[in-house]
Amino acid sequence: MSLLEVHDLHVWFDLARGGELHAVQGVDLGLDAGERFGLVGESGCGKTTTILALMGLLPPSASVSGRVLLDGENVLARGERSVAPHRWRDVAMVFQGAMNAFNPVKRVGEQIAEPMELHGIAEGRDARRQVGELLERVGIPAERAQRFPHEFSGGMRQRAAIAMALACKPKVLLADEPTTALDVMVQAQILELLVALADDFGLTLVLVTHDLPIVAQVCERAAVMYAGEIVESGPTDALFHSPRHPYTRLLFAATPDLYGTEEVASIPGAPPRLDRAIVGCPFRPRCDSAFGRCVDDRPALKPVAAAQAAACHLNDVPQEVPA
Amino acid sequence: MTDATAANGGPPLLEVEGLVTRYPVPRGLVGAAARRPQRWVQAVAGVSFRLRRGEMLALVGESGCGKTTTAQSVLRLVDSDAGSIRFDGADITALGSGDLRGLRRRMQIIYQDPYESLDPRFRVRRTLEEPLEVHGIGSRAERRREAEEALRLTGLDPPELFLDRYPHELSGGQRQRVAIAASLVLHPDLLIADEPVSMLDVSVRAGILEILDDLRSRGLGILMITHDLSTAARFADRIAVMYLGRIVEEGAARDVVTNPQHPYTQALLSVVPKRDPRQRQRPEILRGETPNPVDVPPGCRFHPRCPIAIPECRDVDPELRQPSDARAGHLAACIRT
Amino acid sequence: MTSTAPILADEHDLEAPPPRRRSFVWSVVRGQPQATIGALVLLAFVLVAVLAPVIAPYDPREKVGAVFEPPSSEHWLGLDDGGFDMLSLLIHGARVSLIVGFAAALVAMLIGGTVGLLSGYFGGRTDTVLMRLTDYFIVIPDIPLMLVVAAIWGRSLTNIILIIGLIYWTTTARVVRSQVLSVRERVYVQRTRALGARNGRILFRHVLPQVAPLLVAITVLSVAVAIFAETAIAFLGLGDPTLISWGKLIENAFSRSAISVDAWWAIVPPGLAVVTVVLACTMVGRSLEDALNPRLRVGHLSVRRFRLREREERAS
Repeated sequence: MSLLEVHDLHVWFDLARGGELHAVQGVDLGLDAGERFGLVGESGCGKTTTILALMGLLPPSASVSGRVLLDGENVLARGERSVAPHRWRDVAMVFQGAMNAFNPVKRVGEQIAEPMELHGIAEGRDARRQVGELLERVGIPAERAQRFPHEFSGGMRQRAAIAMALACKPKVLLADEPTTALDVMVQAQILELLVALADDFGLTLVLVTHDLPIVAQVCERAAVMYAGEIVESGPTDALFHSPRHPYTRLLFAATPDLYGTEEVASIPGAPPRLDRAIVGCPFRPRCDSAFGRCVDDRPALKPVAAAQAAACHLNDVPQEVPA
Repeated sequence: MTDATAANGGPPLLEVEGLVTRYPVPRGLVGAAARRPQRWVQAVAGVSFRLRRGEMLALVGESGCGKTTTAQSVLRLVDSDAGSIRFDGADITALGSGDLRGLRRRMQIIYQDPYESLDPRFRVRRTLEEPLEVHGIGSRAERRREAEEALRLTGLDPPELFLDRYPHELSGGQRQRVAIAASLVLHPDLLIADEPVSMLDVSVRAGILEILDDLRSRGLGILMITHDLSTAARFADRIAVMYLGRIVEEGAARDVVTNPQHPYTQALLSVVPKRDPRQRQRPEILRGETPNPVDVPPGCRFHPRCPIAIPECRDVDPELRQPSDARAGHLAACIRT
Repeated sequence: MTSTAPILADEHDLEAPPPRRRSFVWSVVRGQPQATIGALVLLAFVLVAVLAPVIAPYDPREKVGAVFEPPSSEHWLGLDDGGFDMLSLLIHGARVSLIVGFAAALVAMLIGGTVGLLSGYFGGRTDTVLMRLTDYFIVIPDIPLMLVVAAIWGRSLTNIILIIGLIYWTTTARVVRSQVLSVRERVYVQRTRALGARNGRILFRHVLPQVAPLLVAITVLSVAVAIFAETAIAFLGLGDPTLISWGKLIENAFSRSAISVDAWWAIVPPGLAVVTVVLACTMVGRSLEDALNPRLRVGHLSVRRFRLREREERAS
């Protein structure tokens, strides 16, 4: 049994103008303790909504179905009531733009201590000591706990945000675009830190990003999301060298590489709207190898190789048929 | 691409020599009252480069390195304090506002954020026709033709599908195409692209860069500002790497990427994530962050973070020169090369 | 164009742009019912004012009975201190009160809007000078200034409108300025400047349309303030003596000791009319402001009560 299992997760949002948006359309995931997992996709593909659902951090306009098993317990069983005790304690998160989300008038140390106090882990002097240790661990001198957020650089605030996520010693750390607004050098520092933390604490790290090379360098396994569902998952090595879904292949081809010599090509068109029912394969209109069956038969995520799964009909037909 | 550039004779389209642009550091009420001396940030501290027609030069660096200020100085949107800017052979460093208007026709800029750079209340048609109206060019029908042509040039074909849309009815990539089209209606000679794809989804980035590539082949000079070395390596003819207001290395894109001379460039290249998980190289991560440009280190401005610095680096402010094992036109500002 | 892959027409439909934004007015009406109520009340008053000669049961300048005659079936609101029909006076009074309210608010909008626009857009010295000027107007006490100006300029309708407008433009100027300060920094404004547009074009084509809804919202709010001010001026006996306004009605009743003879009908109806109109303006103005300023609404993650859904019910 995996540490964290997600079964058939769906999320809908009520729209102000009526109707609803089917943001996550049946996601299955299994995460082992201590693994580094990447969740990749473009804006609007549902990757952020998926991990917010794991944390139970969805607004009242959202409705959720499916099971999220943490050590075998379905934390979604009773909604907010069953997920709240695990939030931050077992599953913590570095939010997108977290480095800009500190309260500007409170000292950084107090803000990191807050979740500890909320969950009754440590208080007062004990909490201050733990905050100091955490800061040192993410590369910030302990005495900086007394500083205010504006006295930190962008990279330092991101480190502090990571320290805050680790405050309750969680088992799973979800990081949503943790390096997006940072310069390449600082990005490299933060990624190095996340990998080191995952190794040291035996954390399960889920890296959510649109940046394929980051996942390729940091994660052992990854899932590619498109239109609210996982279209391919497997070891990052296999995703790059033998992708079994055209979207994965095209996404890599659209990403320029420092030393790459092949043509960098964009994928024509754009993702489908999620406020309407999707018929057939959601990627078909943009796919370069779609065929008849893709029009009305929505492919399911199926195992295609060792530890690799893809949702594409091409995997059902003999190799020589599609070009 | 590089060969085509070399064959292109005549004076460079843009010639920047020893450009210095600085900003006053706010002293605050207390500082002003105490008559503390005014301090300055040298955002651009002596930058020189040339850009030819039909060439794309990428200005690469981390935030705060001065690449955006360089672009704004070239466009004369901010005044520079020293140095000269020559555009198509004419010195434009001290041009008055009247002459600047004529100049603006010939140099255009594309901004990073396509969600912000279009007026939300303007239909595409109006956004595209506005530059022509501003400069009093063409009749109504001609302006409309220009707008349609520009849309076609940026791949928004057929134009009728887009002319009457508002920005919020377009995707990010489409908006960026409209922004490019709006700069093309004036038939500029120079296009400055400030991080043109960094806000866009990966799958549409290449399309935007291909448009720029296409415009370059039509003879435009393109100055692309970016922090993304992979994009620069793939699409630019030449790369200039900036650090703390200076160009520390410059050369043909291939040369800079495959044979980096300056230790800063080497470090930058080493941390760019590769697509292939099998190529997990040991990144050479520089500690700390770029120093505040108010307090530029003496000597070589990179020496406090440099892995190969020697005592001499603290005293000598190195000039751009051609290192011994570099090809012609490949320059670096480091005494150790 | 070899490298630029054109996007095909049918792909755009697949991508289906987000639906057109509902009009701003519509979103206010939907989201804020009090806006509709306020607007309807205002509309009713405007209709009454416009149709006053038609719907008023009597000529308001004609004596139709005894002084302070109490309400009856012929005179629903009784008669005033001169034996004039209160209801007819009230209906005709709406004209002056509303004219002063709207016109003075318009004056405030023109002055305040111009000052705010110029101050915010040009900044620097222009901003300093204009904002100092605004500060002076803010600290001058309103009522004494009104009294002085009314005494010097004379007591005509135009003067009252000008006085009120001159006193109440400062809020508009401040609010508009702060909005312009942020719009000025928007990338599309910078882009327009970079392509060589002059300030006039940027101001009128790009900045003003962006702040216009806010300007309307403040102006509606200042209508309320202006009507209130007009009432005060008339009550203090500084209004145009030849015109019937609600303030004048209250002043008349008050000075002819309507209270001591228990003639409540001479004071309460005009008072209520003022309160109702002021309230209606405030409701509309506030709703517009709220709709323009979504930050005032509840945050996205502050309430985490998402709902659970049985998957089976949707298995389609």
